[in-house]
Amino acid sequence: MTLVPLTILVPLVAAGLLAASRPLASRLLADVIALGAAVAVLVMCAILTHRASHGEIVYWWGAWRPHGGVSLGISFAFDSLGAGFATFAAALMVAALVFSWRFFETVDHLYHTVLLVFLAAMVGFCLSGDLFNMFVFFELMGVSAYVLAGFLIEHRSPLEGSLNFAITNSAGGVLVLFGIGLIYGRTGALNLAQIGQTLGHVHPDGLVVAGFALVVCGFLVKAAAVPFHFWLADAYAVAPTPVCILFAGAMSELGLLGVARVYWTSFAGVFGAHEGELRAVLVTVGIVTALAGALMTLGQHHLKRMLAFATVSYIGLFLVGVGLLSRDGLGGAAAYVVGDGLVKASLFVCVGILQHRCASVDEVDLHGRGRVLPIAGVLFGVGALAVAGLPPFGPFLGKALVEDAALGQPGYGWVPALMLIAAALSGGAILRAGARVFLGLGPRGEPDESSDEAREEAEPESEEPHDSTPWLMWVPALALMAAGLAWGLIPDLSHSIGAAAARFVDHAGYARAVLDGVLTTPGHVLAPHGASPGSYLYGVGAALGAVAVAALALIRDGERRLGPLMALRAPLQGLRRLHSGHVGDYVAWLTAGVTVIGGVFMIALI
Amino acid sequence: MNLFPFLVAVWLAAVGLYGVVTSRHFVHLVISLSVMQASTYVLLLAVGYRTGAKAPVFADIPARSRIVDPVVQALTLTDVVVEATVSALLLALAVQAHKRFGTVDPDELGALRG
Amino acid sequence: MLFLPAVLLLAAGLVWAVTELPAFGHYSGVYGLTLEHVALGQRRATDIVSPVTFDYRGVDTLGEEFILFAAAVGCAILLRSQRDEEVTEAASERAAARAEEVRRPVRALAAVLVAPAVVLGAYIVAHGHLTPGGGFQGGVILASATVLVYAGGQAVAFRRVSPEPALELADGVGAAGFALVAIGGLMFGLAALHNFLPLGTQSQLLSAGMLPLLNLSVGIEVAGAVTLIISEFVDQTLLRSRRR
Repeated sequence: MTLVPLTILVPLVAAGLLAASRPLASRLLADVIALGAAVAVLVMCAILTHRASHGEIVYWWGAWRPHGGVSLGISFAFDSLGAGFATFAAALMVAALVFSWRFFETVDHLYHTVLLVFLAAMVGFCLSGDLFNMFVFFELMGVSAYVLAGFLIEHRSPLEGSLNFAITNSAGGVLVLFGIGLIYGRTGALNLAQIGQTLGHVHPDGLVVAGFALVVCGFLVKAAAVPFHFWLADAYAVAPTPVCILFAGAMSELGLLGVARVYWTSFAGVFGAHEGELRAVLVTVGIVTALAGALMTLGQHHLKRMLAFATVSYIGLFLVGVGLLSRDGLGGAAAYVVGDGLVKASLFVCVGILQHRCASVDEVDLHGRGRVLPIAGVLFGVGALAVAGLPPFGPFLGKALVEDAALGQPGYGWVPALMLIAAALSGGAILRAGARVFLGLGPRGEPDESSDEAREEAEPESEEPHDSTPWLMWVPALALMAAGLAWGLIPDLSHSIGAAAARFVDHAGYARAVLDGVLTTPGHVLAPHGASPGSYLYGVGAALGAVAVAALALIRDGERRLGPLMALRAPLQGLRRLHSGHVGDYVAWLTAGVTVIGGVFMIALI
Repeated sequence: MNLFPFLVAVWLAAVGLYGVVTSRHFVHLVISLSVMQASTYVLLLAVGYRTGAKAPVFADIPARSRIVDPVVQALTLTDVVVEATVSALLLALAVQAHKRFGTVDPDELGALRG
Repeated sequence: MLFLPAVLLLAAGLVWAVTELPAFGHYSGVYGLTLEHVALGQRRATDIVSPVTFDYRGVDTLGEEFILFAAAVGCAILLRSQRDEEVTEAASERAAARAEEVRRPVRALAAVLVAPAVVLGAYIVAHGHLTPGGGFQGGVILASATVLVYAGGQAVAFRRVSPEPALELADGVGAAGFALVAIGGLMFGLAALHNFLPLGTQSQLLSAGMLPLLNLSVGIEVAGAVTLIISEFVDQTLLRSRRR
């Protein structure tokens, strides 16, 4: 039980000590302490995940147990899904720290300090059982992330990327807080379980819907769903590559975890009767995000920006899983997040290795130069196919579970087809980049205006190229890819995740565990099941689609980057014009998004 | 008087949003963000107010008196610190923008397009 | 454009939502009402906001304190000197000359106010559990004492009075200190952040268990962090110049 508070206290104390010991200026000390703390958190969270499989773990800080059904203190109340996600975040942090060891030649203690605080915030967000506490960790994650994104402050793009990131996400934080104020006004409670009990099953009114809409939209800003996503590509493209591992793999997905947690603990009762309408809205937002993100990946030749838009696309697919508002959808999304996150993290490490070796992240600039790194080329190709959904790897399992959940929901049979298109497009863009960089295929790009821009963007990363890659940098790349691929092969994984998801969605059981301290089992037992045969077809189809898209894009016929994919050219140009880089536009889209989603919720839920 | 504080909160949020979207100067943008945050303080404190109750300090009032809600005051305190720190970070970025690129106009940075 | 109709609709939606809140002045939330009755007895602190901040909802304050810590560290990172900047002789001389320009009454006033500011800050930190105030408020007042030095025109003296390593030490120690007090509860076999000091008698300076300790830790951290942030800004804008 004492493990629970230590998961955030250990990295925080370590961070404080690292900052205080800065005058000692020892790089080795910083690396060792940071890595030690991250590994400790990883081990602790793994133990908690295992223990939570028997029932929710509820920990009251300061031992303030509920007083007559009213919770006085703050609880960390979580199940295997929450603890599992915290473990995943800690694992990515370990990988990022190992990669940073060699990636940065000189870096301050303060880098490790901020990373540790970021880790503590992520873990705290996953485990928390109190709405305002979630907000505090959300902001802590945000502040550390803004600093990390703008780390290479000497150049123009990190400055702008960090500004866009900070302003948009702060606006998101204001939305969450306003929503919390409204919910507190109605229920007089901040504990998630208590809010759920107080709202009960009465008919929802404007206040409840508005509070819910604001909190969900605020979390969706962090999660970068369309139209809140504009900041993500700007920030991820300019953050140092080890930090991108964390951002792409864990940070945005936490926004989705927040949405799921708040819905299933507090609002599932009051919106239960209108589940269908809510489902329609969330799945639609997810599909739009998936397709828009996938389309944008095709137009990028800055490798990190491309991976960033691919992240947006996959966030859309995860949102579809969460938005299906069912145990199966949630379990599928959880499996997908981990599988996809591991593989994508490995892709980012490969980009980092390319950057270290060749001093560039521009696809056109690197044409053929990746031939000196055959291992990275193999990893890149395998990774691209895996994220497109090639069976039997990790991302395939998650995608298959989400597709099965969608098919199991009447009226959502069209979802897997659109998911296939999105996965094929983004996987194809990554494959195209890999083929161009590592195999030298495709037309050599001529310098044009957009290349100049990309070259300026690529500037921050271009230090002097190195002659060889330290073996320590290969370790996270290989380990992450192996883990991501193997994730789909673990026996009975879908069963365990399904059981964990069943607990997550059992809001009555959660309330009893938190408020009364009584653990219950969520009813029916699941039969072990893997991916259905149909989803294998979808998986292979998506992978083949990715290959086709990449091939089309590389054909030499004078069209610069898209090849004969002319049909997509017009919408792509339109989309690209929207991504103006001006933060005022981003916040305008944010306002529009909140208004539309909130308006739809109002109409649908009252 | 019944609705007025809540309406002020909504107004502040809307005006702050307008300021952020139409800003041509980073310092103006940061202050507009602060105005948006201020709307949440007003909302929280207004939600917790009780007519005829005293401040939640029992140092000089009898222990049984009615007090306003102490929880929202603690929440607002946290909120103020969060907002101040984010403002500090954003201003640091604005200072760097001015020093390095000679501009504080968000529209002029535009390196990240498409 | 897109924005005006969106924000107007959003405002309209929010107005509709707030009309459904309980009427202003008729707060009836169980959380606040319960605490109103039990907090004084449970914690013997007369300023009820203080145990709410540090005891009942201590984890929130832990997080918030680290937000300040992260922001201070962030400002140090984002405003750090670059390869092409240095403290030039000319810059220091300019700063000294600027100091001379500040009129004597202003300098005198600033000098006179520094000591009372420090005392006031320390007082507010120490009495956080008795009267309104506490670590955050007092820490900011302590930071303002150093800012008074700068306002009195002594930019260079300001840097001497607030050297970076000492500030980072204060910041880090204060932040870690809070977390360590949280762990302290664990070491005594209780839950984290559980009170492990005697509660004492109400209205005494040393009462309410570990609240004074937490206030002190937060006060140190906030004073260090805010001064660090301001010092970084002063550094960046005043004393360093690009090598021409």
